[in-house]
Amino acid sequence: MTAFDTFHSDIGAEARREGNRRSAAISRLRHLPKGLVLAWLVLAAALLFAIAPSLFTGHNPLEGVGGHQLKQPSAAHLLGTDALGRDLYARIVYGAAQSLTGAFVAVGLGLVVGTGLGVIAGSVRPRFDDAIMRIVDVLLSIPPLLLSLSIIILLGFGTVNAAIAVGVTSVAGFARLARAEVVRVRRSDYVEAAFGSGGTFASVLWRHVLPNSLTSVLAFASLQFGSAVLQISTLGFLGYGAPPPTPEWGLLIAEGRNYISTAWWLTTAPGVVVVLVVLAANRVSQSFGKASA
Amino acid sequence: MTVVPEKLPPVLEVEGLCIAYRDGQVERRAVHDVSFRIGPGEVVALVGESGSGKTTTAQSIIGLLAANGRIESGNIRLNGTDIAGWSDRRLDTVRGAKISLVPQDPGSSLNPVKTIGAQLGEIFRIHRALRPDEIDARVVSLLGRVGLSEPELRARQFPHELSGGMRQRVLIAVAIALKPQLIIADEPTSALDVTVQKRILDLIDELRTEYGTSVLLVTHDLGVAADRADRIVVLQRGRVQEQGAASVVLASPRSPYTRQLISDAPSFADPSARPPRVKLPGATEASDKIVVVENLVREFARAGAGGRFCAVNDLSFSVRRGTTHAIVGESGSGKTTTIRSIVGFDRPTTGRIEVDGSEISRLSGEDLRQFRRKIQLVYQNPYGSLDPRQSVLQIVTEPLSNFSRLARSDREEKARAILARVGLPEDALARRPHALSGGQRQRVAIARALVVDPQVVVLDEAVSALDVTVQARILDLLAELQSDLGLTYLFVSHDLAVVRQIADSISVLKDGRLVEGGRVAEVFDAPQSEYTRDLINAIPGRARRAAA
Repeated sequence: MTAFDTFHSDIGAEARREGNRRSAAISRLRHLPKGLVLAWLVLAAALLFAIAPSLFTGHNPLEGVGGHQLKQPSAAHLLGTDALGRDLYARIVYGAAQSLTGAFVAVGLGLVVGTGLGVIAGSVRPRFDDAIMRIVDVLLSIPPLLLSLSIIILLGFGTVNAAIAVGVTSVAGFARLARAEVVRVRRSDYVEAAFGSGGTFASVLWRHVLPNSLTSVLAFASLQFGSAVLQISTLGFLGYGAPPPTPEWGLLIAEGRNYISTAWWLTTAPGVVVVLVVLAANRVSQSFGKASA
Repeated sequence: MTVVPEKLPPVLEVEGLCIAYRDGQVERRAVHDVSFRIGPGEVVALVGESGSGKTTTAQSIIGLLAANGRIESGNIRLNGTDIAGWSDRRLDTVRGAKISLVPQDPGSSLNPVKTIGAQLGEIFRIHRALRPDEIDARVVSLLGRVGLSEPELRARQFPHELSGGMRQRVLIAVAIALKPQLIIADEPTSALDVTVQKRILDLIDELRTEYGTSVLLVTHDLGVAADRADRIVVLQRGRVQEQGAASVVLASPRSPYTRQLISDAPSFADPSARPPRVKLPGATEASDKIVVVENLVREFARAGAGGRFCAVNDLSFSVRRGTTHAIVGESGSGKTTTIRSIVGFDRPTTGRIEVDGSEISRLSGEDLRQFRRKIQLVYQNPYGSLDPRQSVLQIVTEPLSNFSRLARSDREEKARAILARVGLPEDALARRPHALSGGQRQRVAIARALVVDPQVVVLDEAVSALDVTVQARILDLLAELQSDLGLTYLFVSHDLAVVRQIADSISVLKDGRLVEGGRVAEVFDAPQSEYTRDLINAIPGRARRAAA
């Protein structure tokens, strides 16, 4: 019903729209959900930590200062120091690079491999579809932590390897979602119409199927980002991630565990940071999902 | 149809009704100062195209406006009591008991996980109208009353086991269950085949005379309104254009909009008014058959039970170059399967299809792709057949980039030319489909089909989803393009009124078989089969044609 009238816009409406644009932008800014703005701020801060850590702290994350072990949070050390006298705030800031790169690599791997598998499965003949999706089912049936631990043992320890291990666990989810979307889009009239106007399989896939099925896949990717941060921290905590002197968030929590009764901030501060980043990623991904719906 | 004396108090009186929808920060008024009244036992039709506010008006009466809609001012008096400002809770006592609704789409208006009996029984439970042990018997008798065969069985079935017409009967049964004073029927038949449509409207008529119920019939089809209504209210852009007794409004319309509606309605059109077709040179020769279908059979494996289901059975027909051939039948008659085979989306089980000399069933791969230049399909639903992420220009240039080696600028130029040809304004080219109206989308779809210079265009119910006025414009466009470009049309439709207007020859299908075929004038004037006669009799608007 509404579409019917939208077209009869005349020149006057065009001019009015121009004038209204500024006030509309301002009112839109005011009506932005506050939670979402906060979430973007948290993500932006984490990103800045990762890109230019030296802007945020003057302390060295790797070398401790003698006589400053296990200090409480103070003006000199915002979040206190650990058992070797290293500034915890500095370690969290420098750790962002480790944790975020890990998460990006993990999500990127899952996104590319998973979506690729899903798109292929959704668009080829049923026999190949079945073969691919049964492999995906097998992947889904293995508990994620067990799967990533096994992969790390095969590949060896390290930040990137941990990220790959986490990425593999999300391949199955991406594949399933992408396949479902592709199957939905492929049934639509406009895809058939594209074949009807002479499109080849590849060109239809590229021009119509992919762009129309990727929206929810991208929303899922940003959701996965949060859980990837969490999983990488879990691996770090268990000692399967980056080796000890590296300031990785999961590792920080693990190291602080021994002093929890005397220096509670050592586990709490990195823990809170992980929670904040994961929550922020989830909130942002939710807003993507809404916009596409 | 009786004209009710004015002195009887009206069942429903709508006075100065204004309704606005909130869209973000702005409120847009959709209904302006609408007033009408419905007397006891009277049928009043609200007629208008989409966007005219007819559904909004009907929804407001029963308190079912969308969440962003609001009654700004005006009264809705039911038996003299104003119910416009009532809360949902208070309206619940009226809904179903005094006013009931027959919704538009029988496909989605029933709960798919509950049986028919449970859903029909619910209304008695909600209103505590019957003792629990009486409900089942009453449900069965009601289902029988609305003309469903084997009512005991139907009560135990789920909605998906019933056809569209049967589901609409169930919804009518729900609506009449408590013998309300007023039934609001919101496009009760627009999703149904013509013959089913006629039976459903007959049923509503019958129940009205039996129970003395008033009916508010919301419809875009002036033909239906002419046949069924005592009075007609014509709406356009939320304003009443005209109202009065049906015979008066139709015979001497006062507003130009009503006149437009009447002249555009295919069911009112004078079949002799159609201009004679310009014959192409040599068109009489038998060799000039551009589409030849011989003994087409398409079987599908029946899911689960095994065995085969024959969608198209031994169908043969041929189409001469430059003419329009209509394929007519109800849903399930094999129309769609036939044309899908003709355009090469589906392979026939046996039989031969020849388009412009090449036999389709032998083609595959690159040959099939090249063949698609010759024959193009325009889909029924202009909302689903355009990629929502492409702009209009992209949509129309795409076939060119698939087929020709033209440079990018040449392709765009050709696409612009064809878009101008189908009557789309220049500023629409950069828009995406969602910013276009239904008629404009269908114009884009036609442009996409024509841009590769096809010889045959298959129109699959291409105008069924459009308003009558839009439909008339698109049909004009199609006729114009045909005479200018020498196109051949295969026109699939369930609407015989439209077919009579534009087709030269016709094939009537039933259950996958050809029932009747030949020239349109011959088939309409002297139908040979019972089925064709039924179809022709079911065209709405006969009351007016008989009077004229």
